[in-house]
Amino acid sequence: MNADAYEDYSIVPEGHSSRGRLERILRRGEFAITAELNPPDSADPNEVYERGGVFDGWVDGINATDGSGANCHMSSVGICALLTRVGYAPIMQISCRDRNRIAIQGDVLGAAAMGVSNILCLTGDGVQAGDQPGAKPVFDFDCMSLLETIRTMRDEGRFLSGRKITEPPKVFLGAAINPFAPPYDFRPLRLKKKIEAGAQFVQSQYCYDVPMLREYMKRVCDMGLHEKCYILVGVGPMASAKTARWIRTNVPGVHIPDNIIARLEGAENQKEEGKRLCIDLMQEIHEIEGVSGIHVMAYRQEEFVAEIVHESGVLKDRRPWKRELNPGDAAAIEFAEREAEKLAAADT
Amino acid sequence: MVFRPKKKETAYKPSDTSAVRRQRARYSIRLWSVRRARLFEAVYNALADVFLKLHPLWNAIGYRRVERPVMVVEKAVKSFLFDCRMCGQCALSDTGMSCPMNCPKQLRNGPCGGVRANGNCEVEPDMPCVWVQAWQGSQRMRADGNILKVQKPVDQSLRNSSAWLRVTAQKAAEREAASETAQ
Repeated sequence: MNADAYEDYSIVPEGHSSRGRLERILRRGEFAITAELNPPDSADPNEVYERGGVFDGWVDGINATDGSGANCHMSSVGICALLTRVGYAPIMQISCRDRNRIAIQGDVLGAAAMGVSNILCLTGDGVQAGDQPGAKPVFDFDCMSLLETIRTMRDEGRFLSGRKITEPPKVFLGAAINPFAPPYDFRPLRLKKKIEAGAQFVQSQYCYDVPMLREYMKRVCDMGLHEKCYILVGVGPMASAKTARWIRTNVPGVHIPDNIIARLEGAENQKEEGKRLCIDLMQEIHEIEGVSGIHVMAYRQEEFVAEIVHESGVLKDRRPWKRELNPGDAAAIEFAEREAEKLAAADT
Repeated sequence: MVFRPKKKETAYKPSDTSAVRRQRARYSIRLWSVRRARLFEAVYNALADVFLKLHPLWNAIGYRRVERPVMVVEKAVKSFLFDCRMCGQCALSDTGMSCPMNCPKQLRNGPCGGVRANGNCEVEPDMPCVWVQAWQGSQRMRADGNILKVQKPVDQSLRNSSAWLRVTAQKAAEREAASETAQ
């Protein structure tokens, strides 16, 4: 039975900062799963619903990227607005690359009004990484000042200027971490800084180096940071050893050790091995102290997320929220199916 | 894979070097300064004391009148040593004497996740990451915890103004307020 069905999402529970499902699951101490939605290059809302639908019943939050890799796609506000209409729990990413402080604060209010409960604050990739390298890099905020600004908006009901907000945005605030990039000894301190600025959960960059993550998590736990902030570690399946090599050299901030590439190269079916590797990583990461969940970034392999999550078994027997049709729709579909069966029976 | 538009081939190709690289070719002096972060910290503290002592003089002449000459000197010195961009709200003593405005993303609170394994910048592959340098510089300084301060977003209206004078005037005001409450 889905306990989720009895929850009242119209209220902010005591001690919570949002109405959202993700925050409730994390605060309950459950192991959470989030996934990244590949935004469409299209103005068709159905593409968003279809892309969100593949995660249905397997994830607790869907990340809507904001021009990831500095490539232009449908905006994160647009995707979130569509996803909230059908009840999904989107995590809206905001990158500082494209908008200044005036635009971002406005977007935060707009998103919260549309029912967005989770916001992930990012610096963003440089414009050189994407398909439009001639763009003007804005970077008016950095991820830290962005976190602090949204926290001020939420907790004090004020814009950065101090002007009053009549209804503050009730959002659960997130940030990103990358334990796999230098300066390694500064990374845990940077997480501490992000928590001080307002981060309540963090999602990490792709993790392919578990020993390195363990070392990082050990320092984080020694500093007691895992008690102040929920840490979700990023994983993802890789299609082949060739893709892994390409990612390693071309995508900033992704660290893939040689033994991982060797493992993929040695496999007969590299795509299958990529999935297997992802499942193994999830199970290993699940055991590490201080990890509260996993963030699956299966770029262009989103259809495998359900399978990967299921086979890893990290959810135990918990089933995340699933979109259910309202009773009228369900009856209509049942009727149509019965009619189709009758037709099929008549044909034979 | 990433879609990249094809550019027309002509004899002159300014895109061979990036805009940042074209503007400023030398990183060596900046890196030398970071290696002497402890020395520059002491020098700056001494200078700040002198400036504060001169507050009555600045006040007598008028801060507005001295701003121009002080700014010119400040710009010359800091541009030479730190590749200063005159943001007008200097954070050098909190960032290990590595100017954060030289970061292509102008981050003021630490390195982004894109730092290369060799410690170079994601955007400028041959430039050492400003924040890797800042972390090393801060470890050499007496006030090595300053790097953990959360910096406010840059106030763009302060560009091309003197950070030295601003800090001096602020300190003087604080001192006056403190002496008033003591009385």
